[in-house]
Amino acid sequence: MKRTIIALSLAGMATSVTAAEIAPGDVAFEDGAITVSLTGQPGDPARGREVLGSRSLGNCVACHANSEMADIPFHGEIGPMLDGTGDRWTEAELRGIVANAKEMFPGSMMPSFYRVDGYTRPGNAFTGKAADETFGPLLTAQQIEDVVAYLVTLKD
Amino acid sequence: MTRTKMLAALFGATAMMTGPALAEPAEDTLNLNDEIELVTWTEPSEALDGALTEVISGWHFRGDETRAMQADDFDNPGMMFADQARETWDMVDGAAGKSCASCHGDVDESMKGVRAVYPKWNETAGEVRTLEMQVNACRTEQMQAEPWKYTGEDMINMTALISAVSRGMPMNVAIDGPARETWEKGKDIYYTRFGQLELSCANCHEDNYGRMIRADHLSQGQINGFPTYRLKDAKLVAAQHRFRGCIRDTRAETFAVGSPEFIALELYVASRGNGLSVEGPSVRN
Ligand code: HEC
Ligand code: HEC
Repeated sequence: MKRTIIALSLAGMATSVTAAEIAPGDVAFEDGAITVSLTGQPGDPARGREVLGSRSLGNCVACHANSEMADIPFHGEIGPMLDGTGDRWTEAELRGIVANAKEMFPGSMMPSFYRVDGYTRPGNAFTGKAADETFGPLLTAQQIEDVVAYLVTLKD
Repeated sequence: MTRTKMLAALFGATAMMTGPALAEPAEDTLNLNDEIELVTWTEPSEALDGALTEVISGWHFRGDETRAMQADDFDNPGMMFADQARETWDMVDGAAGKSCASCHGDVDESMKGVRAVYPKWNETAGEVRTLEMQVNACRTEQMQAEPWKYTGEDMINMTALISAVSRGMPMNVAIDGPARETWEKGKDIYYTRFGQLELSCANCHEDNYGRMIRADHLSQGQINGFPTYRLKDAKLVAAQHRFRGCIRDTRAETFAVGSPEFIALELYVASRGNGLSVEGPSVRN
């Protein structure tokens, strides 16, 4: 939380007119989609790709296979293949799915990557201990934008 | 079963052509020491209330080598620990000057079938007891000895021995009568989506068994094979250890081993495997 504020004020200093980052609790969904960028900045697809593959970040490949990421071993089979998601979904829909898939797919097994409320016994990462004041969304607003920027490139 | 076999055959044919890893549970038979054939794949019991159409031991979801290790007592590292407990069985401990054998005699005779019905309602104590709790009740009440640590070496070796002498007998925990309330509580926990990843036991082990989750082949999360010798940890692991690990992996605050929540969950999960043979100590990667 504190870090976000510092990051924001730094960003604010760099470019005088920056849209404020939208906090997890303030995100507006329309039919499961989010129409505006959460940071006001475009995402970086290369960094988004890293988020998808890294165990310590999105770890999306734990559940989804993705042919474009054949360099990364062990793709899961829980969710649909990500091949062609850029054709099937708009950017706004993909932002909604990644931020909180349960808005688009009620009851989905897919975790909500940009949400902080409503959990049962939330923990402090993978320690097994109760969440403390460092608890934040699974991904930052910028990481969500990076992932979305990558997903729109997945065309059949 | 037949349909799964057909599917496996079909997938097998495809796999030969295209080469991807198969995520189907292995078609195999567990012949323990080439003496007894264990039930590892069976019809669901009433405890499941239609939640599964088939009940499959975790053994089928492991690789060829791990499965083979479990089939032979000389290759199963868990049996060494069970054998260590044979010495403890005969050892006098505590103010009453008794050993387990003083009351129960020959472990192979007296403990046969015990693993299959635990966790179990204890009328005198008015509680559902896991095997660990019963062992400690014997130690404190009968032997006047110190209780063992729930997750300690003495305890897990002893539960491995008590399981080993029941191998091949069908799991048959009671879920009616006074145990019902605890069982219901365990069922609630099984279907609760814990942690920041909001995943329930059922999400992984009921809805997605047979599929890969990253490098892991998801089983039904049955506990008929517990305690299990985990090659990765090079030691025996109790069912509640495993529960703790799985809940931790959902980025949740876990429950403690020996807590009322885990006792209830153990009873419920055990009942989901009613009909499978006792396999503990099994071998897992
Ligand atoms: C624990 C499993 C899991 C994880 C982790 C996960 N997903 Fe999903 N995802 C699903 C499931 C299941 C669906 C199917 C929607 C449904 O019916 O619930 C889905 C659907 C999707 C879809 C829509 C696909 C389509 O074509 O219909 C996209 C895009 C997606 N996920 C992206 C991601 C990204 C990006 C991440 C990581 C930041 C991620 N997922 C992490 C399980 C997961
Ligand atoms: C995010 C997915 C996930 C969730 C949620 C989950 N597990 Fe697991 N579990 C696994 C994986 C992966 C393994 C190792 C492979 C296997 O045996 O399925 C495993 C293994 C197990 C095993 C060992 C099975 C064997 O034969 O060795 C048990 C028992 C188990 N889980 C029970 C549970 C229970 C009870 C819960 C809920 C409290 C739970 N799991 C929640 C992923 C999960």
